[in-house]
Amino acid sequence: MIRLVEVRKIFNAGRPNAHAALDGVTLTIRRSAVTVLKGPSGSGKTTLLSLIGCMARPTSGRIHLHGLDTDWLAPGEESLEITSLPERFLTGIRRRAFGFVFQQFHLVRGLSALDNVMLPALPTGASRAAIAARGMALLERFRVAGRAGNLVEHLSGGEAQRVAIARALINDPAVIIADEPTAHLDSRLSAEFMEIIATLRSEGRTVVIASHDPLVYAAPGVDAVVVVRDGRIGESGSGRTP
Amino acid sequence: MTGWCERQRNILDVALASLRRRRGKNLSLLVVYSLTVFLGASVMFYSAGLKREARLLLSAAPELVVQRLSAGRHDLIPVAYAEGIRTIRGVGTVAPRLWGYYYDAVYGANYTVQVPTLPPPAGEIVIGPGIARLRKVAAGDLLPFLSYRREDLLLQVREILPAESELVSTDLLLLAEADFRALFSFPSGVATDLTVTVRNPQEVATVARKIVERFPDTRPILREEMQATYAAVFDWRGGLLLVLFGVVLLAFIIFAWDKAAGLSAEERREIGILKGIGWETGDILTLKFWEGTSISLTAFLLGTLLAYVHVFLLQAPLLAATLKGWAVLYPDFRLVSRIDAFQLTVLFVLTVIPYTVATLVPSWRAATIDPDSVMRD
Repeated sequence: MIRLVEVRKIFNAGRPNAHAALDGVTLTIRRSAVTVLKGPSGSGKTTLLSLIGCMARPTSGRIHLHGLDTDWLAPGEESLEITSLPERFLTGIRRRAFGFVFQQFHLVRGLSALDNVMLPALPTGASRAAIAARGMALLERFRVAGRAGNLVEHLSGGEAQRVAIARALINDPAVIIADEPTAHLDSRLSAEFMEIIATLRSEGRTVVIASHDPLVYAAPGVDAVVVVRDGRIGESGSGRTP
Repeated sequence: MTGWCERQRNILDVALASLRRRRGKNLSLLVVYSLTVFLGASVMFYSAGLKREARLLLSAAPELVVQRLSAGRHDLIPVAYAEGIRTIRGVGTVAPRLWGYYYDAVYGANYTVQVPTLPPPAGEIVIGPGIARLRKVAAGDLLPFLSYRREDLLLQVREILPAESELVSTDLLLLAEADFRALFSFPSGVATDLTVTVRNPQEVATVARKIVERFPDTRPILREEMQATYAAVFDWRGGLLLVLFGVVLLAFIIFAWDKAAGLSAEERREIGILKGIGWETGDILTLKFWEGTSISLTAFLLGTLLAYVHVFLLQAPLLAATLKGWAVLYPDFRLVSRIDAFQLTVLFVLTVIPYTVATLVPSWRAATIDPDSVMRD
């Protein structure tokens, strides 16, 4: 479970162009469920995702991670408050607990599909052979093993999407964060993406998606839809669970 | 420890892939870097090589050489002076030397002709490897010379000197006293100069002063004076080229800074992705370190190798005219190839460290890109 309490994020604080991207967000994201942050462009969805995913710190407020399998929890504590952690710890949590699927997938051009999948695990100190084996297993799972050696710029949209998901899973994270994952996909590929998300949920992973695509927030398997508007949480509802 | 090694290896793999992806930019950097190392290494190898040769040359030189002057110019010295000098207190031995230069008009080369302490039998000569190469002769062959009386003098090659130090031996022609006097119509009773050994090295200057007092038309030359003159000449020439190298190095640092600081949009995007997927600042710095080290080491090895080929195999065609000022006396000699660890260390410090420092700040800036930049892209 991820719990946000009165979280504010102000960009350019103290300057004339200061802008509150999030303003007092209190939110609970359930474990082993699919939560969609829904809202128009500029509503604060992406900022909220980057705070949840330990990519940035809020200006004020607290973020608690519950049920996290980490070495950083003090004895007897059940949740980790991440807002005050130094960058190194945040990065460590991000690497182990979160997998990211970005808008446009953000694969590194000039590298093969397998190399891209392996990237998040390379600084962990695991052997290259072990990481490659894990990467190949993931590519096989998503039926793109045949394209493992191909440069990512030569992959189709659907293949790039599956490679991006495989990359998000290489460190076996408990939480998957996806930012507008279907923005550049057609309806068939979007539906395919949501099917994969449903299988990840069935494995017990928590999934948080920012999207204003109805194919995402109205998809079967979505447990909760949180409306974000002008940096605040609007009415929230349950998704349509099959 | 295994984990640390694996992490370094994995990041090195990413660094090499990254360098390959930006082939054009990195190849141009590698070429300029290698040329800088090449220039520095060439100057260093060549001037050190020449100095080493000169040191070898002078180590065999006598402590004191006495020349005779006539109207301020070098003149032949009567052998009888040796007896007078020998009586000065502190003098060990005095030996007349016969030596000079023979100009070979056919080949356009100068030979250093000398009668050694243990000369070959009359009619035979011992020659340096340079002469052997030039005249294409081996031991046992006959070599014709034209004497000052315009008479042919046929001398048989007894031996060719080893190439241990070619600067010393390359153009050397050793022969018997009779052949020397016949070749140059050299009058008897005189020598080119006298060599003097002094029992106590502390007294060399005193002995020199006494020689001048007794023979006012002579000029004693101390070995230290010769060494100082050679060293000054080489240091001056080497220093001049090192200043030029310094300017080139500065230009290279500016070039490297520009290349490293100018992160392309693609590179920024890639670093943003890496930070986004869980790489920390230290990982990116390690990546940049390996990128820089790969370029540095490749350029250092390439530049040093090219300089070695240039100096020791090709005899430094780009530097010889500036550094080898006495080429008239030594038309062709080959430096013996030898590089010491100190030279390489100095070269490494002069080239790799400035590059590393120049790329440190841009690397740090790249590494501190916010991880959420990838989300906002």
